[in-house]
Amino acid sequence: MSTVPRFWRHIPQRYNLVGTHCPKCDEYYYPPRAICPNCRRAAKMEDYRFDGKGTVVTFTTIYNATDDFKRQTPYNLAIIELDEGPRLTGQVICTPEEIEIGMRVKPAFRILGKDGERGIIYYGTKFVPAEGSV
Amino acid sequence: MPAGIVSYGVYVPRYRIKAEEIARVWGEREDMAKSLNVFEKSVPDIDEDAVTIAVEAARIAIMRASIDPARIDAIYAGSESHPYAVKPTATIVGEAIGVDHQLTAADFEFACKAGTAAVQACLGLVTAKLIDLGLAIGTDTSQGAPGDALEYTAAAGSAAYVIGRDDLAAEIEGFYSFTTDTPDFWRREGMPYPEHGGRFTGEPGYFKHVTSATRGLLKKMRTIPEDYDYAVFHQPNGKFPVRVAEKLGFSIEQIEPGLVVPWIGNTYSGSSLIGLAATLDVARPGERIFLASFGSGAGSDAFSIRVEEGIEDIRDRGPRVRDFLKDVRYLDYAVYAKHKGKLRL
Ligand SMILES: [Zn+2]
Repeated sequence: MSTVPRFWRHIPQRYNLVGTHCPKCDEYYYPPRAICPNCRRAAKMEDYRFDGKGTVVTFTTIYNATDDFKRQTPYNLAIIELDEGPRLTGQVICTPEEIEIGMRVKPAFRILGKDGERGIIYYGTKFVPAEGSV
Repeated sequence: MPAGIVSYGVYVPRYRIKAEEIARVWGEREDMAKSLNVFEKSVPDIDEDAVTIAVEAARIAIMRASIDPARIDAIYAGSESHPYAVKPTATIVGEAIGVDHQLTAADFEFACKAGTAAVQACLGLVTAKLIDLGLAIGTDTSQGAPGDALEYTAAAGSAAYVIGRDDLAAEIEGFYSFTTDTPDFWRREGMPYPEHGGRFTGEPGYFKHVTSATRGLLKKMRTIPEDYDYAVFHQPNGKFPVRVAEKLGFSIEQIEPGLVVPWIGNTYSGSSLIGLAATLDVARPGERIFLASFGSGAGSDAFSIRVEEGIEDIRDRGPRVRDFLKDVRYLDYAVYAKHKGKLRL
């Protein structure tokens, strides 16, 4: 798990998928980038809040995990392509039988991890199937 | 100037355990489901707690009425299962719904009625025009000790209400509270499960406080039970709200739309506010709703609510309470224990 200051700095992107958008070439970035790799200094990046809807590109199911994640097994880790284009890795909350490539997902606010019994609780974004959930 | 509910949102986790499954494990011979009128209860996912479900409910409330989060000047989060002993639930919710940081926030705790206490605090600030909008939340992922009677009912759920002066979905016409020092239920710092005085605590706890707050408000408002189209009483089980309604002169028809406890269990700080949301889901403009919460320790907050035209604009823009009763997943006791952290891995 990341350190407390590092987690704190990343709260906007973890809680609300805040990335960046380049108005010049219309490219979206998550995690956020300070400078557009296409346009360099010719463009000024703006913050962009993704609504988190996307598609499962590929996935793997974890059956054996470290102590911190043992309680959650089995769980699905997927590469998700957000509708605006960026790809990110995230947990998809459903059974291993339910997840499939091309599945539509939407964000859910969940516990990402805990720093032991005494430490901080890390909250952030996971994904749930877009169909069949409220 | 009238004030009241501008928007509302509810979240109930997807998992359920049936009362008969809990009874099977503990060899309980009595038909607990029938005697409590609770057939199944909600169970949080392994990565859900009172904070995450509060965020989900708050996001629905924000979405339902297209609220600009920057307008929210106060967040009060009521719970008896705040994940941190020190570190507010309200600040995490604020960040997750995208507030502009110019706001006041605090956590409330009063057993099952911390959520209605949060509504009162917001209503006071809104009515005095000290703030624009307030966000009041009741949220809990409650625990009963394994084998204890509470294990059949202690459930998870959250309700969030945006309180303001304009574009009202429902006006809060008045409230009346009744509070005493009654040790009917408690949990000491650092203890995982609550203690309670057993079955006899119903009379001096729930019934005394709910009837006193209800009669007090009816007198203050100069209303009678028949003046209300609906009534919601705190739902620690499926028996108490039915019995207290009868005692006070309200009918089964009045409480039926808001009586969700048989299918989700007691969601503690969420309970009466989820019942109110289920009632707002079906109520029409001009109709009146009577609401009375209860929190052990003990107190009851009663509210007289009038549904406004605004309800029609927002109701269908978010999930209704009954949507959370569909497509649920049933757990057996072993997986349930893993969800609730009863097994130390
Ligand atoms: Zn660019």
